[in-house]
Amino acid sequence: MPRPWRRRHLGTEADRATFRTLHSASLAAPALRAGLTAESAERSIRHLHDLLGSPALAMTDTAGVLAWHGSGQHHEEQCGRIAALTVEAGRTRVYDRHDLPCDLPGCDVRGAIASPLVVDERVVGTLQVFATAPTAGLARATDEVAAWVASQLELAELDASRNRLMEAEVRAMRAQISPHFIYNSLGAIASFVRTDPDRARELLLEFADFTRYSFRRHGEYTTLAEELRSVERYLLLEQARFGERLQVTLRIAPEVLPVAVPFLCIQPLVENAVRHGLESAEGGGAIRIVARDQDQECVIEVEDDGVGEDPDVVRRALAGETGLDSVGLGNVDGRLRTTFGDDYGLVVETAPGAGTRVVVRVPKFAPGVHA
Amino acid sequence: MSPGLDAAPGIVAITLVTIATLAIGTWGLRFSRTTSDFFVASRTVHPRLNASAIGGEYLSAASFLGVAGLVLINGADMLWYPVGWTAGYLVLLVLVAAPLRRSGAYTLPDFAEARLGSRGVRAVCSVLVVAIGWLYLIPQFKGAGLTLRSAVGAPIWVGPVIVSMVVLANVTMGGMRSITFVQAFQYWLKLTALLVPAAVLLVVWAGDGATRTDGGGEWSLPLAPGGAEGLYVTYSLIVATFLGTMGLPHVVVRFYTNPDGRAARRTTLAVLVLLGLFYLLPPVYGALGRIYAPELATAGSSDALVLELPRIMVDGPLGEVLTGMVTAGAFAAFLSTSSGLSIAVAGVMSQDITGRARLRGRRLGGVAAFRLGAVAAVTVPCIIALLAPDLGVARAVGLAFAMAAATFCPLLLLGIWWRGLTSVGAIAGLVAGGIGSAVAIAWTVRVSAPSGWVDALMGQPAAWTVPLALVTMVAVSRLTRARVPADAGRFLVRLHTPETLELDRG
Repeated sequence: MPRPWRRRHLGTEADRATFRTLHSASLAAPALRAGLTAESAERSIRHLHDLLGSPALAMTDTAGVLAWHGSGQHHEEQCGRIAALTVEAGRTRVYDRHDLPCDLPGCDVRGAIASPLVVDERVVGTLQVFATAPTAGLARATDEVAAWVASQLELAELDASRNRLMEAEVRAMRAQISPHFIYNSLGAIASFVRTDPDRARELLLEFADFTRYSFRRHGEYTTLAEELRSVERYLLLEQARFGERLQVTLRIAPEVLPVAVPFLCIQPLVENAVRHGLESAEGGGAIRIVARDQDQECVIEVEDDGVGEDPDVVRRALAGETGLDSVGLGNVDGRLRTTFGDDYGLVVETAPGAGTRVVVRVPKFAPGVHA
Repeated sequence: MSPGLDAAPGIVAITLVTIATLAIGTWGLRFSRTTSDFFVASRTVHPRLNASAIGGEYLSAASFLGVAGLVLINGADMLWYPVGWTAGYLVLLVLVAAPLRRSGAYTLPDFAEARLGSRGVRAVCSVLVVAIGWLYLIPQFKGAGLTLRSAVGAPIWVGPVIVSMVVLANVTMGGMRSITFVQAFQYWLKLTALLVPAAVLLVVWAGDGATRTDGGGEWSLPLAPGGAEGLYVTYSLIVATFLGTMGLPHVVVRFYTNPDGRAARRTTLAVLVLLGLFYLLPPVYGALGRIYAPELATAGSSDALVLELPRIMVDGPLGEVLTGMVTAGAFAAFLSTSSGLSIAVAGVMSQDITGRARLRGRRLGGVAAFRLGAVAAVTVPCIIALLAPDLGVARAVGLAFAMAAATFCPLLLLGIWWRGLTSVGAIAGLVAGGIGSAVAIAWTVRVSAPSGWVDALMGQPAAWTVPLALVTMVAVSRLTRARVPADAGRFLVRLHTPETLELDRG
């Protein structure tokens, strides 16, 4: 008996067919998760073709062909018309030789089955299977594969909308300097106008620079130096208001200042720290901002000695629950993760009454990230 | 020499340098800045300070000990080593410094990935960084053995073991941060440790009536012996040193500290000045050694010249103090260069090798991966240093330069200045240059007494490996034209546009 363990290991013929199908599907999935484009169609169509086993397979958007795999490539220009007809029908349709005029002898593309790809109740494209003679079985298979592709595209849509949401939040954050902060800063500056006009003028200029940075429209990333400069301005203005009650210590390794970070990823943390720090018992609070060089990475810590927070609340804030005290936390965490990967989420160390420390780790280099 | 009373200054110097290095590495320099001087915090590293740091990390055992020894034996011909090691920064300044900074890359593999968008190129680059780093570390450890033998009469294996232990302790315990200020201090320490004794020795020499060397015409003439082969070796050396500097892993990471491309250029310019100043000194030792210690040239321990000369020329306590100074400088040279190299190698390893390793099904965390990488980065070259035959410190470093020139130089030059480079072409060129250099190094280590053309070609391979790698890279890129990254043009615009220009760098 030749190698019986092997047979047992791989299961029956039917099992193996299932494995093959699942494997092809898993190979096609990553490309499709990027959405329906010529590139993703090109990269996934080979594996989809393996699933169906017909002479040729095409993917189209609603107007024209995106990718073709298999024989009979001269039929490619007919895909657009078939796609239009299928989109109009809104369901799987079979096309025969009249729809596919061909004067090449021996061409095995004599019929086609096309299924619409429906994402969010909207047809975004079609999957077209070309065969010598379309059968009911093939039609069923086409239908199922199209449904599977559509589900993957739906996931892609979900990814994209999550990113859009994140961008919208950043935009909102830019516009969302707290009205209290503006009011209080201007009030504090006003109080200096008579007693110390020079200081008032300086603070006004800081205020102008601060708002200019925060309202900046272009660029997803900035350097840590820029971000910290803005943090410093913010702290200067808060100090003008709180005076000795707000103690600030900065320890910044100059080596990490050129690191590229997502825009406004430190400032919300500092705002939280100031708020928490000053909520503590009378006598004010101390804030410590540290940026350290750790070879390939840069570590930034924002620490306050304030009231602290229940770890569960922080966990919920990081999970994206809104309406909580720490507004920026979930957003910053989400953006760090989408930019640098899940290894680089926020780390929050806190307990009621024990102060809070938020640790941000940023790699010095990440592909596609530059200020 | 037997260990005894005359070992005292050496032991004191080495102990002091070791303790200082460990202390700084463990506790770091803690600058606390409070509200009063707020804006100081966001001020970036000044190019001059950064240049000193690069100098501190760059000036290795080869510069401190090797050059003087080579000049002692082979004469003016060998001045090409310090000239090349300095002029490498000229090439860096003109062609690479600013664009490399603007690419945002921290390490050489980072640059390859950013430019070509390929994990494959990144992997090949990582392997090469480790290879060049090890090749560079071996002579550092060998030099340490030599220093300890000369200073305190210890067996030759003690030096490599001590230096690697100190470096390992430093790097794993907390020295992950490569503090600019400390490295900058190292440069000035090395310069002083060489400059003061040199000045004293020159005074002594003048007092002796300023005797001229009896080395005759051949010693003081460049290119006198060797004929065509000698000419080839010199040109090859020039190619290796001029083009190899840009491929040294521990030098490139320092450029990241510059805030922009302009600062990167200014830093490089300052490095040129600092190195030019430093490299005036080793030839002085070489020439004085020719007069006062010709026996060292024949004894085959020419690398110890810098350490022995003060004692030979000056008697009494002054000689001992000067010996202590050069010993401290030499030891600082090993420690700073090997720390920088180990950190660079360990960083690349932790990112691309140990960071992916799994321990009981869990991925190794950042610090654990870095430490594991550091252990490998230090122990492997240390063991090789103990086992491998002696090539001479400067010559061994020259081979590391030749490998860097044959691999990263083509990648950087073409990556920065030619949009047609493809990932396949880059890999082909890197592999061709890397294999060519490896073959040459293996050959050189095997042959003990080089003679004839083949040995010359293998002993100084850069003159043929660099063109080989360049041509391979261009040819294969041409053949795989379809794989030019779609964003190549945009990337090059970003590399070459000054930051002050308003531009969509998307």
